[in-house]
Amino acid sequence: MGRQVDLTLLQKLVQINWLLIILISLIAGVGFAMLYSAANGSIDPWASRQMFRFGAGLGLMLLIGLIDIRAWLRHAYLIYAAALLLLVAVEVMGVVGMGARRWVDLGLFQLQPSEVMKIAMVLALARFYHSLPLEEVGRMRWLVVPAVLILVPVALVMRQPDLGTAILLLATATAMLLLAGVRLWKFAVAGGAVLLAIPVAWRFMLHGYQKDRVLTYLNPERDPLGAGYHIMQSKIALGSGGLFGKGFMQGTQSHLAFLPERQTDFIFTMLAEEFGLVGCLGLLGLYVLVIAYGYAIAVRSRSQFGRLLAAGVISTFFLYVFINMAMVMGLIPVVGVPLPLVSYGGTSMMSLLIGFGLVLSVYVHRDVVISRRPSYGD
Amino acid sequence: MERGDGNRHKAFTRRLALLGGGQLALASLLMGRMYYLQVLESDQYQMLAEENRISMRLLAPPRGLVLDRFGRELASNRQNYRVVLIAEQTKGVTETLDRLARIIPIHPHQRRRVLREIKRKRPFVPIKVAENLTWEQFTRINVLLPDLPGVQPDVGEGRHYPAGLETAHIVGYVSSVSEADLTGDPLLELPSFRIGKNGIEKVYDESLRGKAGNSQVEVNAYGREIRELARQDGQPGEDVVLTIDAGLQEKITRRLADESAAAVVMDIHQGDILAMVSAPSYDPNAFNLGMSNKAWRALVQHPRKPLINKAIAGQYPPGSTFKMVVALAALEAGVVGPGHKVFCNGVMKLGRSKFHCWRHRLGGHGWVDMKQAIAQSCDLYFYDIARRLGVDRIGAMARRFGLGEALDIELVGERGGLVPSKDWKLAVTGVPWQLGETLITGIGQAFLLATPLQLAVMAARLANGGMAVRPRLSRTQAPLPDNGAAATGNDQGGDPGTDRQVPPIGVSAANLKVITDAMSEVVNGKRGTARKYKLDKELDQKMAGKTGTAQVRRISKAERKAGGKLAKETPWKERDHALFTAFAPVGAPRYAVAVVVEHGGSGTYAAKLTKDIMTEVLRGDPLARAAVGQNGVGGIDGGGRADNRSDRERKI
Repeated sequence: MGRQVDLTLLQKLVQINWLLIILISLIAGVGFAMLYSAANGSIDPWASRQMFRFGAGLGLMLLIGLIDIRAWLRHAYLIYAAALLLLVAVEVMGVVGMGARRWVDLGLFQLQPSEVMKIAMVLALARFYHSLPLEEVGRMRWLVVPAVLILVPVALVMRQPDLGTAILLLATATAMLLLAGVRLWKFAVAGGAVLLAIPVAWRFMLHGYQKDRVLTYLNPERDPLGAGYHIMQSKIALGSGGLFGKGFMQGTQSHLAFLPERQTDFIFTMLAEEFGLVGCLGLLGLYVLVIAYGYAIAVRSRSQFGRLLAAGVISTFFLYVFINMAMVMGLIPVVGVPLPLVSYGGTSMMSLLIGFGLVLSVYVHRDVVISRRPSYGD
Repeated sequence: MERGDGNRHKAFTRRLALLGGGQLALASLLMGRMYYLQVLESDQYQMLAEENRISMRLLAPPRGLVLDRFGRELASNRQNYRVVLIAEQTKGVTETLDRLARIIPIHPHQRRRVLREIKRKRPFVPIKVAENLTWEQFTRINVLLPDLPGVQPDVGEGRHYPAGLETAHIVGYVSSVSEADLTGDPLLELPSFRIGKNGIEKVYDESLRGKAGNSQVEVNAYGREIRELARQDGQPGEDVVLTIDAGLQEKITRRLADESAAAVVMDIHQGDILAMVSAPSYDPNAFNLGMSNKAWRALVQHPRKPLINKAIAGQYPPGSTFKMVVALAALEAGVVGPGHKVFCNGVMKLGRSKFHCWRHRLGGHGWVDMKQAIAQSCDLYFYDIARRLGVDRIGAMARRFGLGEALDIELVGERGGLVPSKDWKLAVTGVPWQLGETLITGIGQAFLLATPLQLAVMAARLANGGMAVRPRLSRTQAPLPDNGAAATGNDQGGDPGTDRQVPPIGVSAANLKVITDAMSEVVNGKRGTARKYKLDKELDQKMAGKTGTAQVRRISKAERKAGGKLAKETPWKERDHALFTAFAPVGAPRYAVAVVVEHGGSGTYAAKLTKDIMTEVLRGDPLARAAVGQNGVGGIDGGGRADNRSDRERKI
C-alpha cells in the first residue's frame, strides 16, 4: 500500500482540485455582485476590497493546499497552543470594538484570535483522534483531553463576548467527535446537560443584549422598533422578494436602508429580496455542492487526520451557512455569523480560505498514509 | 500500515452519513422557510415593504376666496416669502446664519430657535429661518444664493385680508388649528394649516378649505424623500361670494371713525346685507402674522370692544325706534285707529308713579295723532296705546318683525335680543309683570333688547310691505351670473340665481302705510325729530326713519328736576345710546339702514350718521349696480379672478 509518499511540486499542482476552487469562486462572485448592489451600483467601497481579499486568500489557500499534510499534523498542537495564547492575549490586552473585546493588535494588522481558533481546534481534534485507536475512542477517559481542547477556547470566546463563534466552535467540535466515533449516547447525555445548563447560562453568562436577541427571536413583535426591528425588516425584505425577486439593485428594503447590515450579516436577505426564491435556492445549491464535495474529499482520504480535518472544516462551513441563513429568516436568534464567502469582511474570508486550503491539502495528499504515531525525527 | 484504519474509515463514513443526513435535514428546513416566507407569505411581506417605502404626504389645497358682491377680494391667499435652511447642505450652520443675517434681520431668539430645531431634527429636514419677507429681501436672497449653500428660498401661502379692518367682523380670520378643532380631517393635522376662527372664515370653513390631495413619496428608513411615485391633486376650496359691497363698507367704516357704533345696510326685498360695520374694528391680518400678547391684551381690554361685532352681538334697548311696532300692533289689534289722539302735557300718572315724555320740560307735545306721535316721538301717546294693548300683544308684533330671536345670519356670536312677555318675566325674575313696565315697553325700554341687525330687519319689513325678509351675508356661493343671463327685468336688481321667495308677516298694507308715512314725517316733516337730516336735494330721493334714544341708566328725580346733566358733563359710559333706523327711497324703498352709536347721546346723532350713510348707499346704489355688474363690471372682475385662481394653482 505504501505508494508514493512524497510528491513533487508539479505532481501536487496537478492534484489540485480545481472544481472546488471554481465552486468557491462562484460563491464569492455572488458576494461581489451583492456588494456591488449594496453600494447602490458601485464597486466601492465593498466589492473592490472584497475582491482583493478573495484574490489574496485564494493564493494563500493554494499555498496551504500544497504544504504536506504531515506538516499540518506535526504542528497541529503548536498551532492550537498559539491560537489559545492569542485568545488569552485578547482577554488581557484586546482592542474593544462594538462593546466586545475580540481583536488583538499585532502592529501590522489586527487579528481576531477566535477565527484562528476555528482552524486550530479542528487541527488539534483531528490530530488527537488520528492517534487514538477506535477501541479507545469509546473509553470515557479519552474524552477528557478533547473536552479540555474544546471547552477552554469556547469559554474564552464566550467571555469576549462572542456567542456566535462560541456556538460555532462547540458545534464543529461536536461534529468532529461524532465523526471520530464517540458513542452516540454520550451526545444524548451532553445534550441533556446543555438543556439543564440553559437556565444557569441565562442567569449568569448571557449579556443583556444577548438575552434581548433571544427574547426577540422568541417574539419578534416584542419590540418592533428596537431589538426586533432588524429581524422584522429582514423578514419583510425576504418575503417581499417573492419567487423571482425585485431585480438586481431594485431591492427597496435594502436600498432604502430599512435592512440593517446589508453588506455583512444580512447580505443573504438582500440577495433574497433582489433574486427571490430562485436566487436563494441557487446560492444554497452552490453551498450544498461545496459541502457535499468537501465531504467526498474527506471520505476519500486515507488518513484519519485528513478525513477529520476536511470534515471538520466543511462542518464549520456548513454551520456558517446554516446559522446565517436561519438567523436572517428568523429561525434562530440573531447571532453575528456572516454568510461564508459572501458577506463583506476580511477576517472570516481569510479563515475560510485557509480552511479550504487545508481541505485542498487533504485532497492533494489523499493517498498519503500516516502512521498513528508519527515519528518526529524525519 | 495501521490495521485499525480500515475500521476507522468505515466508522467515519457511517458517521459522516449520519452527520450529512442531519445537515441535509437542516438545509431542508432552510428551504422550507424560504418557501414559507417567499411564496406563502410573500403577499403580506410585499405589502409591508410597500408600507415601509411609501409615505403619503398630504397636499393642502388652496383655500377658497371670500369675495364681495362685485368680486372684490375680501380674503385672499398671498404668497408668504420664506427662507429655510437645510443643515446638511451648509458649510456650517452658524456661518451660514451669519451670512444670512447680513441680508435679512435675524433676531437672536430666531437664531436660537433655528439652532435648537436643527439639533432636534434630521439634517435633511428644512428648518424655517424667517417668513413674511418683503419682495426685496426675497430677491436679494435669491441673487446671493450661490454664496449661501444650504439656504433655500421658499414660497408658502398665507391668508390676506385686503380690506383689513373694514371687513374684519364679517370675514373673520384664520389661525392655527387647536386641539378642539380636530375633526378627523387629516388636513387639520398639517403643521402649518390654518382654520377659520371667526366670521365667514369659520362658518364656511369646510367649503373654503377644500379637499386634501396627496402625494405618494418613496422614503428611506430615515424618512428622507427619494422621489414622488404618484400624486393626486386635491380639490381647491370653494369661493364664498358675499352680499357685501366692499366700497360701501369702506365708506361707512370711515364715517363711523372712532365711534363705538354699528351700522347695517340691507336690501329690504332679498335681505342681502350690503354693509355691516362695527366700530372700532381690528386688523385681521395681525392674527395671521402672529400677534404679540401685548397687542392681544390691548384688543381684549379696549373699552370700546373692537373684537365684538356690535351689529349682531351688541344688544341695545331699541328706544323710540320700537314705536312703529307698538303703533302697528295697536292698529292691527284695532284698539285705536290712526286718528286716535292723545293730549301730551309731559307727564302721565299711573298710581303713584309718574311717566314722563322726553319733552316734559317744554310742557309736552299737546294734542298728537299717531302720525305726529311717531314723527315727534311723543312718549305719552305710546304709554297710552301700550296700556290699551298689553305687553303680550306688543311682544307678538315685535317678534313678527324679527325681534327677540336670532336671525341666523352666517356669523358667529349673533345674539337674539329680548322681547319680554308676562310669562317670561314671572319665570325669570319670579316677580309678576307690572303695568308700568308695559308703558315703558311702549317706548322701547324696560326689558326690550335688539341688535342693530334686528333693527335693520325691522325697518326692512316695515318698508317692504310686511314681508318676512331675513338677512343673509352670502349669495349661497352662487357666483354673479354670467354676461347676458342676468338681463331679466328683475325688480330692484336682485339676481335670479339667488332670489328667494319671502313669506308675508301678515299685516294690512293700509296700516303699514300709516306707519311708513309717519316715518317719512320723522325726517321730512316740519316737526319730525330728524328733520335736520333730510337727504340732500340733488339726490332727489327721500329717506324715512325713526330716531331712538335709549337710556343706559335710570334718571333720578333729582336729575330730572335739575333738568338733566348736559351731555358733555355726563361720563361717556353713562350717556344714552343713539339709534336710528331708516329706509329709502320713500315711495319705492329698497334699502334699510340701522345705526346704533353706543353712548351717542341722542337719536338725532344717529340720524345724522344715517343720513350720510344713506346718501352713500343711494349714490353707489349697489343693488342697481349688481344688474349692471352682471353685464360689465362682474365680467371684468370675473376675468381678473380667473387669472388669480390659475396663479394659485400653479403655486401648489
